Amino acid sequence: MYNPYSLEGKTILITGAASGIGKATSIESSKLGAKIVAVDLNGEGLEKLMPQLEGDGHLQFTGNLCDEEFLKNLGEESPALDGVFLCAGVSDTTPVKFITEEKLKRVFDVNLTAPILMLKQLLVKKKINKGGSLVWMSSYGAEKVEPGLGIYAASKSAVNGIMRAYAKELVSRKIRSNSIMPMMIRTELLSTLNSISDKDLEKQEAMYPLGFGSPLDVAYAAIYLFSDASRWITGTQIRMDGGSNL
Amino acid sequence: MVDEKQFLQNFADQFDDEPEGLSLETLFRDIDGWSSIVALSIMAMCAEEYDVILSANEMENANRVSDIYNIVNERIEQ
Repeated sequence: MYNPYSLEGKTILITGAASGIGKATSIESSKLGAKIVAVDLNGEGLEKLMPQLEGDGHLQFTGNLCDEEFLKNLGEESPALDGVFLCAGVSDTTPVKFITEEKLKRVFDVNLTAPILMLKQLLVKKKINKGGSLVWMSSYGAEKVEPGLGIYAASKSAVNGIMRAYAKELVSRKIRSNSIMPMMIRTELLSTLNSISDKDLEKQEAMYPLGFGSPLDVAYAAIYLFSDASRWITGTQIRMDGGSNL
Repeated sequence: MVDEKQFLQNFADQFDDEPEGLSLETLFRDIDGWSSIVALSIMAMCAEEYDVILSANEMENANRVSDIYNIVNERIEQ
């Protein structure tokens, strides 16, 4: 059947694969024919994910992306990849007056440094195939910042910046690099985030004509970027806002 | 037990213009200058000064300064 969005024959590494957007993308990508290399700190979550993936040949790596040794091993042991989804991330709700070096470091280590150092390992070991696609998890918060989200916004702005550097430097090998910038998505991370009250969430959702997004909505955008249907798109930030900026 | 005077000072410090006569009985949402940023700052102050994590729902349900003060005291005693 004709399907330019098929991921048949592609191998895709997904970080943060045990939950939320990473999990949804892993499952949906497998349904479209991809072999998944699932990476997460949460080994139990990965164990639960694997049987939900369609097809076979999927791999899992449990470890901390902020650990250089783990990244080196990943670079060694990963199969050749056609796509990488840099999805693992953390949030933070510290008002600017309370920012500390420790808080900055925690968010930047996970959201920015880890994906850069992981890609370095994969690129040096030539694990990213020609025509591959890098998809960075950014956030619309990089452009429209809410109180308390300064560190998070800064890390996601940095993601957009470095995303374009990969687009520029890897284009000769037809490796593409793009980011996705969603607004509010209902994930486990959101439901455990202590800093937004249920009442505030209700108020915010009323501002989204299409409601809050789901992990699946972001998964479909990532799948588009992995597929050959997006082969002419690189260096772009895809905004997903449920119509809230109309 | 958290020092009441110090807690009230820490609470007042989160407003741009420090409110006068703040007490445990004060309905803090009625103070001029109350905003969502002040709410986040009070949550951050409780974490920084007392190592107590307030949830947004607890903040939302609190009205008097004592509501926050009591939560901090309870958590510290636990």
